[in-house]
This record gives sequence, C-alpha cells and structure tokens, in this order.
Amino acid sequence: MKKFSLGRVAVYVVLGLAAIPVLFPIYYGFVGAVMGPGDLATYPPALVPHELYWQNITDVFRSVPLGRFYVNSAIQAGAITLAQIVTSILAAYAFAFLRLPAKAVTFALFLATLMVPWEAIIIPNYLAISGWGLARGGMTYLGLVLPFLASAFGTFLLRQAFLQFPTELRDAAVIDGCGHWRLLWRVIVPLSKPSIAAVGVYVFLSAWNQYFWPLILIRDSDFQTLQIGISQLNDAEVAQPGLVLAGVALSLLPTLAVVLFGQRYIVRGLTAGALR
Amino acid sequence: MPPPRTVNAPPDDRASTVESTRSTVRRGKPARFTESGLGGLLLLPSVVVFVLFVFWPLGRTLYLSVHGNDLFGAPSVYVGAEHYREMLSADFGKVLATTGLFTLFSVVPAVLGALFVVLLLEARIRGVRVLRTAFALPFAFSVATASVVFAVIYNPAIGVANGVLGSLGIDRVNWLTDPSIALPAVCAATVWMNFGYNVLVLSAGVAAISPEVVEAARLDGASGWRLASRITVPLLSPQLFFLVVVSTIHALQSFGQIHILTKGGPDQATTTLVYSIYEKAFAFGSSDFGSASAQAVVLLVVMLGCTAVQFGILERRVHYR
Repeated sequence: MKKFSLGRVAVYVVLGLAAIPVLFPIYYGFVGAVMGPGDLATYPPALVPHELYWQNITDVFRSVPLGRFYVNSAIQAGAITLAQIVTSILAAYAFAFLRLPAKAVTFALFLATLMVPWEAIIIPNYLAISGWGLARGGMTYLGLVLPFLASAFGTFLLRQAFLQFPTELRDAAVIDGCGHWRLLWRVIVPLSKPSIAAVGVYVFLSAWNQYFWPLILIRDSDFQTLQIGISQLNDAEVAQPGLVLAGVALSLLPTLAVVLFGQRYIVRGLTAGALR
Repeated sequence: MPPPRTVNAPPDDRASTVESTRSTVRRGKPARFTESGLGGLLLLPSVVVFVLFVFWPLGRTLYLSVHGNDLFGAPSVYVGAEHYREMLSADFGKVLATTGLFTLFSVVPAVLGALFVVLLLEARIRGVRVLRTAFALPFAFSVATASVVFAVIYNPAIGVANGVLGSLGIDRVNWLTDPSIALPAVCAATVWMNFGYNVLVLSAGVAAISPEVVEAARLDGASGWRLASRITVPLLSPQLFFLVVVSTIHALQSFGQIHILTKGGPDQATTTLVYSIYEKAFAFGSSDFGSASAQAVVLLVVMLGCTAVQFGILERRVHYR
C-alpha cells in the first residue's frame, strides 16, 4: 500500500478544486435538463433537483422542431465528412505516391488554405452561394456543404500516413499489373483505417459544430441546423432554462458519443500537428 | 517450359487493354504523362473546391474592400482606400483593443490552467485516468451548446452565478450587460470551452515523454516542482507552442459565444474583429460589404502576422526531441 503523504492529499485537494469549475457546467447542462421551474426559475436557484422533471424533454420538441434540426445537421455534417474523406484520400495519394510537375508548389498552396481564416472570406462566399440560389429551400443543403467538400488538413494528415508505406510496395503493385486505383482502394485505404477514422472524427465534429456559416446562410427554418436551433431556443425561452438545457443535453448526445468512443482517434488527429 | 500466358494470350478485350496499358507504363515517357495526368485527376476535386471557395473569394475580398456596394450587396463604385480610412477611427481602435484583450484572456488562462492540471495529474495518484477524462470533457461541447449553458448560468435574475454570489452575501452582477464585466465573462466561458482540448493535447504530450527520462530524473532526486520545471515542461514545449499558436488563431476567429452571449454589447464592449465583420455585413439587415471586407483584410493580415511572429520568436525557444 502506498504511504499516506501530505503532498498526495494536497494534489487531490487542488485537483478537486480545479475540477469544480470544469465539471459544473457539464453537470448543470444535464441535471438542469430535468429540473423543474421550482428549482430553476427561482432565486437562489437550486444546485440539486428536488424532483426529476422529465417534462422538459418532451416540451422542448413542442417549442422547436428539434427532430428536424437533428436530421438537417446529420445531412450537413454527414455529407461534409464523407466528401472530405474521399477528396482527401484522392489528393493525399497523388501527393504521396505520384511523380507530378510542380508538386511542391501545389502542396504549398493546399497548406496555404489552412492559413486563410474562413471569416475573412465569408462575404464573397456568401454572395456567391446565395447568388447561385443555394440559400433557398432544399438547395440550402447544397449551400451548407459545397464550400467544405475538400480539406487541406485531411489531405495533410493522410499524406503523412500514406508516406509511411514503403515505395517498394507501390512499385511492386504497379509491376504486378495492379493499377493505381486498385492499389489505393484495396491496399492503401484498408491499411490506413486509423488515420482515416481520425480525419473522419475531426471533420465530423467541426462540421456538426459549425455556427457562422449556417447562421448567415439559412433563411428557411425547415433547414436550420441543430447549433443555430439551440441558440434560437435560448433566445425564445429565456424564462424557461429547464427547456433550454433539455435542448442542449439532447443536442450533445451525438458529439458526446463521438468523443467518448472516438477518443483515441481524436487524440491522434489533435497531435498530428502538435508532434510534427 | 515457356509460360503459356505469353505464347497463347487469350484474345480477350479486357486482357489486351491491360497488356497495352502495362506496356505504356513500361515505356517511360508516356508513363510519366499518364502518371501526372492521373495525379491531376486525383487533385482536381480539392483544387476546384479551393479555387472556388478559398482563392477566388480571397481576391474577391480585396476587390470588395475597395468598392462601395448597392443595397443588394453588388459592388458598385470604386472607392479606393475609403473603407480603410474609415478604420482609423476610435471605434475601430476599440474593436482591435477588444480583440486583443479577448485573445489574451482566453488563451493564456486556458493554456496555463491546462498545463497546471496536467502536471498535477503526473503526481502518480490513483484515479488519474478518470480525472483526465473528466478534465477533457468540455471538448464534447460545441461553441453554441457551451455558450447556451453559460447564458443560463449568467442569467442575472435566476442564474447560478448570481445564486452563488448571493449565498456568499455578495450583490448580484450583471454578467453580460455590465460593460466592464461582459468581456471577462465571455472570456471565462471561452477558457472553459478550450480547456478540454488543451488537456487532451498536453496529456498526449506527457504520454509521449519517455519514461526512462523521468525515471532517471527521479533517481537523481528530482520530484514535484523540480521535476515539472526542469523535465516535464521543457519536454512539453512543442505541445505548448502548438497550443499557443492554435488557440490564438482560434480566439481571433471566435464568433459563436459572442453572438449567443452578448451580441457584441453592451456598448460594443465585446465587439471583436470577427463580430464587427458580421455586424457590418449581416446583422440587422446591414449589408455594408465594402467596410466589412476591409475589416476582413485586416483580420487576414493580423492572423498571418501572428502566425509569423509566433513561429519566428517561439520556434527558437522550443525544445524538439
């Protein structure tokens, strides 16, 4: 058994104190979702529910079309994720395995897109997308995903992964009559699944969490995404925090699942830049 | 015995095309051509997206920034540096100052706080894994969901923040409507949002430190503060450097929390550069795309400048393994 030591106790105490502000908003987001008006809409507000008030969960669907928002976000984030995975795989293969003229320059231009903040080019993009009629009705889906169909981050990360393969593998495959296309999809892609999953998780989270672009683009509330829907719920139901927190808790379930089950892929994606 | 394949090649179309492409591959020059042709084809989807939605808009932003526009946002007359001259005002000075303060007070506490926690988690105590996951949990929140939770907590009448102050006998605070409190309050929410990400990155960095190095230092009698300051922190410097760069860029782009919590107010106290761009171009039916584009150019320059300065100054002090 480990020795009792004052230092160890101090570490626990300090970590415990640090955990309070970090964990409280999470606790409150979920517990508040099942707290009644008697606990929330009073002063001082209760920190622990006196009764579990499940009605918030059903009421929130009456306040806003949360189900519809869910479907919209799933379509938007799903399409962006799938498209970015495919375009990144293709581009990464070209950068990793093919002899190309001006390859270094092209690759540098890809990386340059990472340094351009989306907010600095959002106005011309908005003018173009809405000018093409992609902010109206069902076309909104197209407007939401079109600017995000390719990713320099995904290309970079997958290129790094593909470069781990020995060049002999590629040469052997080509000499055996296995074309580039088959080599890519039958050999390289199956062997790079963890890196592709890392790109997928990262892209899905950032697409699902987008705020600025859907906020300015979507005019028809039938095509509203979950993130904007939740902030509108907050504006509409200021007096009913239980309802608002129920919406937050419900909208968090998919990302929470992705973070808990895809944690190792997240860390892999995060540190791709950090570890060089 | 000769291989039958070469003697009696099946007169099958598919096989013969395979043969012919293979022979072009072997001949050298045409193979190089097909290889770069294939490469172009594979790069095409990404290149099209980047040209249409990054490079062309980049030029377009510069173009819009020197033009006035009509009510529908279409550029009309050339106005030269007019929109840039507008920015030499006290109002825009305040926007830049707010952006700087917001960046400073959302990046520094989040990085130092996460470093502090990650170092404590190194103290070989029980339950480290559970604690580490707990500290990383804010990562699951989007900017919008986190901001909405903080909006509820900051509610002046029934929010928990004032409830806690009240039980301590302290007067209520108008967290989001008092001009001197709103910016710190939004910064605090932002620190919370970034905390989980920072803990994840730094934990991954600590996990990558070779145990032999730490063990050797421990055998030499280093522990606690000395171990952290002499061994762990220097070995974490690539991750710390990465976090400072990424968080600064992230903070300069922050938008959702300001839109949800304060709408840039009160009295412009939380109007950062990105929020100002949004207000000029999109808020309240305003479509002053010219001025907004000029500010977008400033944002671009500031971001590129920050990246360059950080790489130039910090890179040299970073310890790479």
